[in-house]
Amino acid sequence: MAASLRARSLVLSVVLFCVFVAIWHFAVQTGGDTGPAMDPEYAALMGETAKGGSALPGPLQVGAELWKHISDPFYDAGPNDKGIGIQLAYSLGRVLLGFLIAALVAIPLGFLVGMSPLFHKALDPYIQVLKPISPLAWMPLALYTIKDSEVSSIFVIFICALWPMLINTAFGVASVRKEWLNVSKTLEVGSLRTALLVILPAAAPTIMTGMRISIGIAWLVIVAAEMLVGGTGIGYFVWNEWNNLSITSILVAILFIGLIGMLLDLVLAWVGRLVAYQE
Amino acid sequence: MSSKKPLISIEGLTRSFASQDKGEDAFAVFEDVWFHVNESEFVCLIGHSGCGKTTLLNILAGLDTASEGAVIVGGIAVEGPSLDRAVIFQSHALMPWMSVMGNIAFAVKSRWPEWNKDRIREHCQKYIDLVHLTGSENKKPSQLSGGMKQRVGIARALAIQPKILLMDEPFSALDALTRGSLQDETLSICQTTRQTSFMITHDIDEAILLSDKIVLMTNGPEAKVCEIVENTLPRERTRNDMHHHANYYPMRNHLLDFLVNRSRQFREELASADYDPRHPPVVAPTAENASTDPAVFEKPPLVKTINA
Ligand SMILES: Nc1ncnc2c1ncn2[C@@H]1O[C@H](COP(=O)(O)OP(=O)(O)OP(=O)(O)O)[C@@H](O)[C@H]1O
Ligand SMILES: [Mg+2]
Repeated sequence: MAASLRARSLVLSVVLFCVFVAIWHFAVQTGGDTGPAMDPEYAALMGETAKGGSALPGPLQVGAELWKHISDPFYDAGPNDKGIGIQLAYSLGRVLLGFLIAALVAIPLGFLVGMSPLFHKALDPYIQVLKPISPLAWMPLALYTIKDSEVSSIFVIFICALWPMLINTAFGVASVRKEWLNVSKTLEVGSLRTALLVILPAAAPTIMTGMRISIGIAWLVIVAAEMLVGGTGIGYFVWNEWNNLSITSILVAILFIGLIGMLLDLVLAWVGRLVAYQE
Repeated sequence: MSSKKPLISIEGLTRSFASQDKGEDAFAVFEDVWFHVNESEFVCLIGHSGCGKTTLLNILAGLDTASEGAVIVGGIAVEGPSLDRAVIFQSHALMPWMSVMGNIAFAVKSRWPEWNKDRIREHCQKYIDLVHLTGSENKKPSQLSGGMKQRVGIARALAIQPKILLMDEPFSALDALTRGSLQDETLSICQTTRQTSFMITHDIDEAILLSDKIVLMTNGPEAKVCEIVENTLPRERTRNDMHHHANYYPMRNHLLDFLVNRSRQFREELASADYDPRHPPVVAPTAENASTDPAVFEKPPLVKTINA
């Protein structure tokens, strides 16, 4: 074979990207030429930028805007005008904090549920009822009781990141091979040492899968939560740009949300590979 | 040879499980089992699949509890697992995330928590060398062959210097060649250290090679100790020359006859003879008594089994 699969897939990816950008570019231009593509009310709102162009910005505009954001991501010009880097950092901070607290609760609790059939049976109905609740449904309750939008959004992240980690930890702990536990028993290993040296490494791949699902959901939810709560964060940025009718900025933000989400997933996948073992 | 002091004494052991069918009584896997293992003795247990051998070994190890009766080790009833009784599991049971060294060190550290790293390493290395795994210290179990994994399991069990070694068909998953060399190694280790050992096996030749005494268990449910066979071959035997000894075929035929016929028909045998479960009959098949024992040679066993 001439080129490796990797090289060929890379070429295909680049070609697809170019085709996509070209279609986007020409679709937006012709939309502008034929005229009536734009809602007149929206055109009025857009003012200057609306003249002679489509409602949707073309790739060149988005590229220019992207460059503007990349070259100065951390400027701070008042509460409604912060660099996209600052906004992303706010969101990332909330996600990581909520996720961390969720992990601190979910992993020990998952151990308990996984190791004790009594707790498993007792807690299962609660988990089953609480798990399908949309994390955003907690938002009003959180705002009302906590009375702090910052803490409330972290709480929402906590609650959405909790369940996958809890369920996976419990499952991973409960399905540790009996023979490994028997080895540990015949060696008279204490329960703490067994938990840390046998059960934790045995269940680690399953726990990591739960963490990966959790961080994905948390990153999905933070955008919606920040749109509701406002103030700072990438979700608020998107909402604010919508109010400014800056579709270009929204497209840039969408791109960044995707990239950061991918990055979070890659990091956890990498950690997952570190703790993986082959039987 | 072995001093005649019973180290393990199994007294009236019964293990029942609740029946799957609702309303039915619990069924006993084995019932009223009595035998003992002397110090420095190698005892094998032979029986058909499902007669409760693993269950019995788990009770000896302290991983399971008997429904009735007791296991006495050194004068004290077994109440749970102990570092004095090391187990070599049928499926090696190595932790796949630990290296060879790590697996053995885990056991050694449990045995001597006060030891420092260097001492633990040195001790582990000794046992890794003993089972001929030098050079594979840092490999993970998934990088080892089946025989090598089983060797790690043996090293892990021996490294804690247990009073008693319990083995559950340790070589049954291996090919004949690997099995043979591991049997040789086990034989030489157990002979030099005079390790008290109890081993479950399906393999008659393995039992003849390794054991001083073979316990025969009938088919379950309600399995019993049918008899105890003294190994009449001299202690200095090897896998290559033991079949030249005059007592080899009498031993082998006796065990084969048990597995093929008597393990099933024992109930009838029991009704006729004056069988006392506390003192199961002890037999010592030799060239002299075999020729006069019709039980061994007269029955054409294989044909009968197939038709039955
Ligand atoms: N936890 C359990 N619950 C119910 N029955 C059990 C349980 N464990 C074992 N048994 C039954 O006990 C019997 C003996 O099982 P055991 O594993 O001791 O057999 P074995 O002699 O070791 O067989 P093999 O030679 O195939 O390993 C089997 O019939 C099995 O169904
Ligand atoms: Mg078994």
